[in-house]
Amino acid sequence: MVEVMRQEVLALEGRRRLYTGLSLALLLAVVLSGYSEASALNSGGFLQGLSKFFDYPAQIVMQAWDQGWAFWALFPKFLPALIETLNIAAVATLIGAVFAMILSLLSSRNLEVPPAVIPVVRRIMDIMRAFPELIIALFLIFVLGASPVPAAIAVAFHTSGALGKLFSEVNENIDVKPLEGLKAVGGNWLQRVRFGVIPQVLPNYSSYFLLRFEINVRASAILGFVGAGGIGTELSRAIGWGAGSETAALFLMLFLSIVAIDQLSSYLRRHFVGADNFS
Amino acid sequence: MIEFKNVTKAFGNMVAVDSVTFTVDKPQMIGVIGRSGAGKSTFLRLFNRLTSATSGQILVEGTDVLSLKGNAKRRWQKDCAMIFQQFNLVPRLDVVTNVMLGRLNQQGTLRSMFKIFSQQDIDDALAALDRLGLAERALQRVETMSGGQQQRVAIARGLMQAPKIILADEPIASLDPLSAEVVMGSLREIHDRDGITVMCNLHTLDTARSYCDRVIGMSQGKVVFDGTADELTPEAAREIYGADEALNEAVTSTSISAGASARAKSDPSVPGHGATVAEANAATA
Repeated sequence: MVEVMRQEVLALEGRRRLYTGLSLALLLAVVLSGYSEASALNSGGFLQGLSKFFDYPAQIVMQAWDQGWAFWALFPKFLPALIETLNIAAVATLIGAVFAMILSLLSSRNLEVPPAVIPVVRRIMDIMRAFPELIIALFLIFVLGASPVPAAIAVAFHTSGALGKLFSEVNENIDVKPLEGLKAVGGNWLQRVRFGVIPQVLPNYSSYFLLRFEINVRASAILGFVGAGGIGTELSRAIGWGAGSETAALFLMLFLSIVAIDQLSSYLRRHFVGADNFS
Repeated sequence: MIEFKNVTKAFGNMVAVDSVTFTVDKPQMIGVIGRSGAGKSTFLRLFNRLTSATSGQILVEGTDVLSLKGNAKRRWQKDCAMIFQQFNLVPRLDVVTNVMLGRLNQQGTLRSMFKIFSQQDIDDALAALDRLGLAERALQRVETMSGGQQQRVAIARGLMQAPKIILADEPIASLDPLSAEVVMGSLREIHDRDGITVMCNLHTLDTARSYCDRVIGMSQGKVVFDGTADELTPEAAREIYGADEALNEAVTSTSISAGASARAKSDPSVPGHGATVAEANAATA
């Protein structure tokens, strides 16, 4: 019997190694073929272009340097645009997270959701992730006109799918004993989820939420290029006109807001998880 | 009055609980003993409706609780508090909230979503905690407590349900002897004071002898022993556990000596424990 089990374990281990090897080979093949493909398509060639890689950033920094103290005066000028972008990102992330939470709870295998519902919800989330924000935003701007609203909807749509997937993975990792306890108490499904799942997943939800907020700040900035307003519109104008110092100021502001979100993120996580869990 | 009629649970070909039939005609403290895998846990879980039975009936005051559905089933679960070996509390919530969760069934879903509990709920929860000596811990997070304390929080949650029956699935199996004594003492006190039936799966014979009025022995899903605690002789135990003499004494000796000394402290008037200690000593010698 032991020998039979040993054989089974060995066979399993062998298959596992084979799959690992195959996936590594596949990954390598994809990277290499991708490189040669891109290299063939590029007009300049990757290696020759590499030396010019720093020319543009250097030019921007030089222009900003030449401005001297006047450079810092650009910050208050662009602040309203930055706030608009952060606003789009925040609204989109919040709305997206609410939908993501609903979708994730309905697509977790350990929460006694009717089995037929799970694949349906997962496909819905796949569809939401499949469309790039830019495409949805372009479509919505066409329908609703150029304003921050289409941008927020587009980002929220993508966020629901992306966060929903991450949230459902968090849900599937929880300890189900508290849920069983609440079932024995006679709580209904929503009550069990509220007290058995949410307290356990909230710290992870919040860090994914804030990561997504970061990503959405960048995404909202890009949407400015297609007319959704905010810092992206300014950036597109500055780059188009070759205004190096303005471009530098805008990038710096984006960078600083990402740093701020990151700091906020670690602070909130500590708050949720409890500082004693970090020592 | 609770009547178990041919209660059966099968997992595929494996019969975990096999036509269990007995009657509880007055509130009793019942200990269910048997080897691991004898069907004790499954039996309690299907009584609470955490799992469904394959066939049979459990009549509680004339209602077959095995046939309840939806709201009626959840109402029955409220009436039938369950204590688990691993406590099954929500580790990240504080003690008092965990206790108040015992009220979920009587509370609207919308109120629950916003975590709104009434003043009455808070008072009742604190009273339940006070009964178990944990009132001053009300705001501590459950995950920071010891096992014995967590189990008492779980019992307080059970009390909060205002149950007709308390089921306890190996309530002391993960606890040290002293905590085990406190937990079993609490369950006994609830039975004595509130006059409700407490049904307890136990691993240790001495605990069953010291705390229970009635002992049900299960083996391979069947009830093979049903009698008072005094009738649970070493011979009867040997039959329940299906072990030969040497194995039986060796298996039970450690728990008997530990438990018997606890009982000697708590209740020296109970006759018979001297003999068990002597047995235990003989076995370990």
